Amino acid sequence: MFDDLFTDYTLRTVVLGSTLLGIVSGMVGAFAVLRRQSLLGDAMSHAALPGIVLAFIVTGSREPLALMIGAALACWIGALLVMSIVRTTRLKSDSALGLILATFFGAGLVLLTWVQQWPTAAQAGLDRYLFGQTATLLERDVIAMAIIGLPTLLILALFWKECAILAFDPDFASTIGLPVRLLDVLLTSLLVVAIIIGLQTVGVVLMSAMLVAPAAAARQWTDRLGVMVALSGLFGASAGVVGTLLSGAVARLPTGPMIVVCISVLAFASLLLAPRRGLVWAWLRNARPIVMHR
Amino acid sequence: MGMAAECPPDCYAPVMRPMNPLTDIVLIASATAVACALPGVFLVLRRVAMISDAITHTVLLGIVLAFFVVQDIRSPILAVAAAGTGVATVALIELLHRTGRIREDAAIGLVFPFLFSIAVMLIAQYAGNVHLDVDAVLLGELAFAPLDRYTLGNIDLGPRALWLMGGILGVSLLLLIMFYKELKLATFDAALAATLGFMPTALHYGLMSVVSLTAVGAFNAVGSVLVVALMVAPPAAAYLLTDRLSRMLALSAAFGMLAAILGCAAAFVLDTSIAGAMAVVTGLIFGMAWIFAPERGLVAQALRHARQRQEFAQAMLLVHVLHHERTPQGAVECDAAHLNEHLCWDASFTAHILRRAEQQGLLQRQNSEITLTESGRRLAEQTLRGER
Repeated sequence: MFDDLFTDYTLRTVVLGSTLLGIVSGMVGAFAVLRRQSLLGDAMSHAALPGIVLAFIVTGSREPLALMIGAALACWIGALLVMSIVRTTRLKSDSALGLILATFFGAGLVLLTWVQQWPTAAQAGLDRYLFGQTATLLERDVIAMAIIGLPTLLILALFWKECAILAFDPDFASTIGLPVRLLDVLLTSLLVVAIIIGLQTVGVVLMSAMLVAPAAAARQWTDRLGVMVALSGLFGASAGVVGTLLSGAVARLPTGPMIVVCISVLAFASLLLAPRRGLVWAWLRNARPIVMHR
Repeated sequence: MGMAAECPPDCYAPVMRPMNPLTDIVLIASATAVACALPGVFLVLRRVAMISDAITHTVLLGIVLAFFVVQDIRSPILAVAAAGTGVATVALIELLHRTGRIREDAAIGLVFPFLFSIAVMLIAQYAGNVHLDVDAVLLGELAFAPLDRYTLGNIDLGPRALWLMGGILGVSLLLLIMFYKELKLATFDAALAATLGFMPTALHYGLMSVVSLTAVGAFNAVGSVLVVALMVAPPAAAYLLTDRLSRMLALSAAFGMLAAILGCAAAFVLDTSIAGAMAVVTGLIFGMAWIFAPERGLVAQALRHARQRQEFAQAMLLVHVLHHERTPQGAVECDAAHLNEHLCWDASFTAHILRRAEQQGLLQRQNSEITLTESGRRLAEQTLRGER
């Protein structure tokens, strides 16, 4: 299986794609988790579906860049609506997230079902965005992913200090005069980028796991932001590669769920076994009999 | 449809004619929507709406695992196992959260995609011999629900899905009536409920069981994600319209039913996903409530801000005039044409406020000089004393 990695062209493309996804979603997700926005990614990735189908209806093609732009716009509108519902009503963020997630996704399904009745064949395969299908990943898809994904990491590096302050103490950030709203927009945009990179690989339904699980795993191993973000990217990438290879090796195994299972297992293992924070060590400490010294 | 269509004509006499499948679909959709909206009210009020997202995804794993054991997609054991998985999900999330290693939202985001992924992979692996496929998981099969009917001898008892959802609705209505007081108290003041011995934790898990059971029932009809729409959107809209729990429950049920009827109608006309259309309609109903709700809607908020701005400006004007009238500079300070400059207002705003105050009988204008009336002076003095 691993020998194919260097000889098989399709496999190489697919693995490159899921590595890219793992790195970007892991690193961006670390900030989302620290800022208590773990579920915003879930709502936004579901909200991408109507954007994908609308982009197809408008352009009439499955050009990945066009669909990604449509998805990005829909993600952004979804995120904006969540924020303004929380700001202008007495509903809390959980209701706003559930509302946007489900209604946008419903709209996406309406459009998808409608488009699938068209007599042309161009729309075939749009439903692979639900659960992802890396087998269909082409070189042009991976190039599109790299074009929008790699600048994300550059931006994160450039605004590292600002993002770190925002993640740990937003009040302090606004006190020292950082443009908090602008940074908020920036981090949300990075989340959007991570989501649209994952559309073809993991699909809209399970994308949120790629943002939350690597970060939750990485958090258990360290107390330093830099290490956490790097580890999170590493975990995401390795889960992406292993999940893709496994789903390629077994027939009828959808890639998205396989990658999600890999990264989740990694997260649960970290929760249990990570040095110092691991739950197993805590249980062992508590279970140790107390020896009375005379 | 179903039984009756295959019957020879002479056995028709005792057969109740099956209803039009469209009527059946609307009835099933309405029962589903109302059954989802009632527990949804408590999810929204208790700020755990996203738990419904987790539960609706993980019940699938329960259905799949139970199916491997009993090998019968119509077995009631499936529903029980699935509801059990839903409650187990909630317990697992809480367990993870309580270890202090990750926050609650991250715990939700970690647990449910994992369990859902396992379910989807199992379905994909055994797609050949399971009557479950991934599309049905997301879309539901409401359009086919009327084909699957209960019959007693020759008598058509109606679609199975209607009995299922009607039964679940009945159970949750019964529980709601029995535990109304306890639920109300535990939702609005959990600490007091605990003090009085109402066992908020037991109530919480009871509610989660009802949510899980409803999710399982609704799952067949509308698919996993759209159950979330039916559970969250109608109560969220109702929450913007009322402050009473009883009214919120009634409004949510009404909104759910409206979404079911309009959603079905839209789906028939456009020939598209019924469940998706219902979800879109719930979103639109929420959007209407968000914009137009009296007191809490966006329009009401904007109007209130505008009115408060004018009332504040009017109070400033009255105080200004009170301060300067009958003083040497009074003629200048109280001149309508100079007010713009003194209060830093633009001309049209000044004119508007002057007209407003005059209409309310708070001031008089003689040759552009302003004098307060008796009530205007009283108002200005009250403002200065901080009584208004």
